[in-house]
Amino acid sequence: MPAVKIKRASSTVDMTAMCDVAFLLLTFFILTAQFRAQDAAAIETPSSISGIKVPDKDIMTIGLGRDGKVYFGIDNQQHRLAMLDNIAQAKGITFSPKEQKEFALMSNFGMPIAQLKQFLNLSHEQQGKIKQPGIPTDSTGAGATNELKDWVFNARKANNDLRIALKGDNLAKFPEFKNVLATLQAQNINKFNLITGTEAPPAGWKADD
Amino acid sequence: MAEINTGGGGGKHDGGKVRSKKASTRVDMTPMVDLGFLLITFFILATTLSKPSSMTLNVPDKTKTEETEPIKASNVMTIFLGKDNKAYYIFGKAANEDPEVKTVGYGYEFRQAIQENARKVPADKFVVVVKPTKESTYKNMVDVLDEMAITKTKRYALVDQLTPDEKKLLKDKAKIDA
Repeated sequence: MPAVKIKRASSTVDMTAMCDVAFLLLTFFILTAQFRAQDAAAIETPSSISGIKVPDKDIMTIGLGRDGKVYFGIDNQQHRLAMLDNIAQAKGITFSPKEQKEFALMSNFGMPIAQLKQFLNLSHEQQGKIKQPGIPTDSTGAGATNELKDWVFNARKANNDLRIALKGDNLAKFPEFKNVLATLQAQNINKFNLITGTEAPPAGWKADD
Repeated sequence: MAEINTGGGGGKHDGGKVRSKKASTRVDMTPMVDLGFLLITFFILATTLSKPSSMTLNVPDKTKTEETEPIKASNVMTIFLGKDNKAYYIFGKAANEDPEVKTVGYGYEFRQAIQENARKVPADKFVVVVKPTKESTYKNMVDVLDEMAITKTKRYALVDQLTPDEKKLLKDKAKIDA
């Protein structure tokens, strides 16, 4: 009687299909990816039920850190350069081509104009280490020391279609927000977006048409 | 499966037929799958998956002063945003008429207070005035604006100045120094 031969199941699986799926997903994620720009400071936004998405382009972001520091950024590199040009002319400072290039790469920043030049000459590692002091504001919104108003004005000069988004931290105090608000209102900007996280509305809640 | 035969194509056996050995076309995909998923993981983590939403805020023009009819205090709910995530509100009376100051937290409690007071007056007359004090945070303000959207309160105002009466009221009744 011949010995009963147990058929050994092969332990290898055909990976081709899995590979196909993996790379399909990979392609999708690469194409839809938008890299998180390096921010001057981490800002944790509160959440709201509002479903309006933040526009992708033509957007000016004014950040409000938890310690009340104000950060500023616009989205387009060309416009950043134009804005820097405007600021340089207004303030009588000149920026070298290298500094301009560095500036174009910054998605947002919180340096006073006086220290900006020095900051731009630092290496990227050093820039990351420095605690940015924030852009000076004041409560009237139009004072001589208020640099936010210059940035807002010159950014709008560089790109007239800019929409304004305010990104405030959970723990930011109201008076600092009021200063930003006053700055914008002093320039007759009365409509802006507050960037928030998304949360589900309470059960049974329906949006008005 | 999955190895590439690299041996010379079919040796000549003595007296046997010449058989060309067929090279296997299967390649081991496992490392490639590993790599694929590794990259996927990276891209998922590096991407901001859900884009943040935004709420619009319109503030009145400061340069123009429009004449509006005065609002009756009996229809107004004034909410003061205090510290430590507490809000205080008065309803139906102006600050100098010795109103009752009620304390609420944010969220559900807050929503109920608004809805309760909204029922007491005609729907088109109900006005909410939000007055953040300097102790309140940005989150408190966004929460309140969000609450306005949830309760569908159409008439509300964000006012950042407190009147002397209100300051006194808050100091006396809510023990906060606004």
